[in-house]
Amino acid sequence: MVHVSMAVNGRAQSADVDPRTLLVQFLRENLRLTGTHVGCDTSQCGACVVHVDGRAIKSCTVLAASLEGAQVTTIEGLAQGGKLHPMQQAFQDNHGLQCGFCTPGMIMASIDLVNREGPNLDEATIRHGLEGNICRCTGYHNIVKAVAQGAREMAGAATPKAAE
Amino acid sequence: MSATGIGASVKRTEDIRFVTGKGHYVDDVNRPGQAYAYFLRSPHAHATIDKLDASAALKSPGVAAIFTGDDIAADKVGGLICGWMIHSTDGSPMKAGAHPVLAQGKVRYVGDHVAVVIADTLAQARDAAEKIEVHYGELPAVVDTAKAANPGEPQLHDVAPNNTIYNWRLGDKATTDAAFAAAAHVTKLDFINNRLIPNPMEPRAAVAEYDSGTDSLTLYTTSQNPHVTRLVLSAFIGLAPEHRLRVIAPDVGGGFGSKIFIYPEETVCLWAARKIDRPVKWTGERTEAFLCDAHGRDHVTHAELALDANGKITGLRARTIANLGAYMSTFSSSVPTYLYATLLSGQYDIPNIDCEVDAVYTNTAPVDAYRGAGRPEACFVVERLVEVAARETGRDPGEFRRINFITSFPHQTPVIMTYDAGNFAGALDKALALADYKGIAQRKAASAANGKLRGVGFSAYIEACGIAPSQAVGSLGAGVGLWESAEVRVNPVGTVEILTGTHSHGQGHETTFAQLVSSRLGIPMENVSVIHGDTDKVQFGMGTYGSRSGAVGMSALSKALDKIETKAKKVAGHVLEAAEGDIEFKDGKFTVKGTDKSIDFGSLALQAYIAHKFSGQELEPGLKEGAFWDPTNFTFPAGVHICELEVDPQTGVVTIDRWTAVDDFGKLINPMIVEGQVHGGIAQGVGQALLEGAHYDGDGQLLTASFMDYCMPRADDLPSYKVDTIETPCPSNPLGIKGCGEAGAIAAPPAVINAITDALGHEDVAMPATPQAVWRAAQKAVKRAAE
Repeated sequence: MVHVSMAVNGRAQSADVDPRTLLVQFLRENLRLTGTHVGCDTSQCGACVVHVDGRAIKSCTVLAASLEGAQVTTIEGLAQGGKLHPMQQAFQDNHGLQCGFCTPGMIMASIDLVNREGPNLDEATIRHGLEGNICRCTGYHNIVKAVAQGAREMAGAATPKAAE
Repeated sequence: MSATGIGASVKRTEDIRFVTGKGHYVDDVNRPGQAYAYFLRSPHAHATIDKLDASAALKSPGVAAIFTGDDIAADKVGGLICGWMIHSTDGSPMKAGAHPVLAQGKVRYVGDHVAVVIADTLAQARDAAEKIEVHYGELPAVVDTAKAANPGEPQLHDVAPNNTIYNWRLGDKATTDAAFAAAAHVTKLDFINNRLIPNPMEPRAAVAEYDSGTDSLTLYTTSQNPHVTRLVLSAFIGLAPEHRLRVIAPDVGGGFGSKIFIYPEETVCLWAARKIDRPVKWTGERTEAFLCDAHGRDHVTHAELALDANGKITGLRARTIANLGAYMSTFSSSVPTYLYATLLSGQYDIPNIDCEVDAVYTNTAPVDAYRGAGRPEACFVVERLVEVAARETGRDPGEFRRINFITSFPHQTPVIMTYDAGNFAGALDKALALADYKGIAQRKAASAANGKLRGVGFSAYIEACGIAPSQAVGSLGAGVGLWESAEVRVNPVGTVEILTGTHSHGQGHETTFAQLVSSRLGIPMENVSVIHGDTDKVQFGMGTYGSRSGAVGMSALSKALDKIETKAKKVAGHVLEAAEGDIEFKDGKFTVKGTDKSIDFGSLALQAYIAHKFSGQELEPGLKEGAFWDPTNFTFPAGVHICELEVDPQTGVVTIDRWTAVDDFGKLINPMIVEGQVHGGIAQGVGQALLEGAHYDGDGQLLTASFMDYCMPRADDLPSYKVDTIETPCPSNPLGIKGCGEAGAIAAPPAVINAITDALGHEDVAMPATPQAVWRAAQKAVKRAAE
């Protein structure tokens, strides 16, 4: 067993876990934050994307034990005071999800894309930027629209960048 | 049309939990004291199990139990079944080899289920599994669909000589042969409909729990049809009587057909939960999904089209070998027969059709329905033949289709189906305009000036959906009826619960079904909840697949709403002291005709439940009605897709420049959701055409068993889509709905291949048309042009 500790969605969390425990397992099984999903075993699908210290990472590919003192944000930590993050709202507005399984990772990756590339994203930038997130349901057309809207709304939002 | 009524693009109710990470998928379910299951799978495609020694594994830390096929057999647990009987042309029934839930003596594909380890943690189960010693007697494997039935190939099942499951035929050989003999032109094509792996983003999972106090079992499972799962587990596998088996399919992360079937994993978990009296949880890894989820397609076809001198199609014939894999999965037999050959008329008035299908076993994963299920295979045959025939006879592909379109309805095809309503030429006209087809020559020239080859490809697809009329499918061999059920429970203060036997795993039923109720009862959508996926709550239903939930599921709901209205009017008559016949119901209010005496729906509901104003002996209190709807026909969504793309002859890379779709889905409940279904279907169809393909090597090893090797469509592989509709209401259900879930996957592949072959000067290219395949075809085209 190894001791892990980090802040998740603003709350200090720690536990003794099997050293092989991935961050996604720590979140889902120890913290019962089941919004982050496991969709593959080769770090391709992106369903597990969360933010660690302000950047998107695939939580299936990092050991919980390596995140001592990190600030982790999951999908559950985005909405503030009952109000959806603009990217979450944009996904609903544009029908950017169907089964919902890829959605948390897609939203977290999209927010990171905006953080890196700014609020005025063209179609090619969005499509390229979401290469690490696979969706089987939507055909991506509405996801692209959602991300473009979410990006503009994030820039226009009165509050600072989401949940970082 | 109101903001939330039928035809409104209402935002989805279910989205809130999905965008906030509060969905409730099977792997999110945890039961106190649960143990974790890990399956030991065969590394060989074909082998005997000569010895299995789990003694070391049993001593591994945390292990609760290890079970093998012998344990399953000792408990007389039944095997998995195929529920659709197909007969060969000689009258003999299909050769269904036994399909045990854990292998008994023999394994038949890589990934086949050998043993299950159940331990306190998943890591402990995995560690223990590595300590199980299995001695396999390796056997040669057969993986080639085209060769599996040849004499001398390795045999999978004793009951199926030459690995042949059935030889089946539909149509009229004699008249079709005559049409071909008299033809002015015959087009011939050979193709492979490439094997696909469905890969919904959520891997399959199961949590099983036994309650010894009531001797009852509960199964959480990633299923598209929990009642069917319960029926099979109970009546055919014998794990528990139905009334003591609860099956729950909560939020499910996509299915596309792969989650219809009953698999070994949930069956074993359910059986084991009672055996060890602890909840048992299994979550599939992606590699397991690749190896063991039912695959799709895998047809080898030779097809021919006969034309007269005027370009009218006089006959179509096809010979197909369909690979069903190592075992017959739940609906596998129906896919290359009644879901395939019956669509070989396409949108065309073809008087003579003959189709022969041989289904074979190979040492590969079982093959069953995958989005479109037989109809993409049929559409590919028809739309490639038609496109090539047009080119061979010097005709524009759009106009060649037009002169052959069916123009009067109902239209009886030679392959069982009677098309009820359609406007094929109307869809073609709309698609041509939307695609700016007139400008294609100019755009081709511009591309050529840039060193690129531009091509355009058509696909005029039609499908049989809204599965299905029970008597019809029964007569064709189905073991079950394919009606649907709905129940409307009005609560005392007027909120409404809808219980539907369909299941939503991405289709948005919680929104669309509520739209229908809101519109009919005149109550806000927030007052309606839609319940599905729990056999304890919902009466028997057949689930969701085959684009049936709107056409069949909403029709059942509509009938139940009719009954609610009838009952409510009776109550209103008593409350408003008028004759039942004088009561009108509009916009949520019951009114006595010609007066201002009225009562709103919510208040009426309360009256129904307090029963003060009428005799409970003459009129039952309460307001709750159910209906079962059995369709009278399949529905026939149809349309035209046009794909325009550029090929880079230096690299073989294909870039889709524009995608145009005009679809006839009859009445639309929520256009936004319909478009989403079309988008997703197109993506899967483009995936089949350009990117995806399951490959086994000669030893039966699956070479494409991860997302690194199997190319899933990603956002930058696909364009945006121009999607529009025309509407010819479906005459066979009260709402006029045809369904839309599969259309894109059916239409897209031939549109893409037709476009690439147009770009290359008609050199054929196989699916997936990878850059390597396209580059090779481009070189051949250049060579041929030079000759």
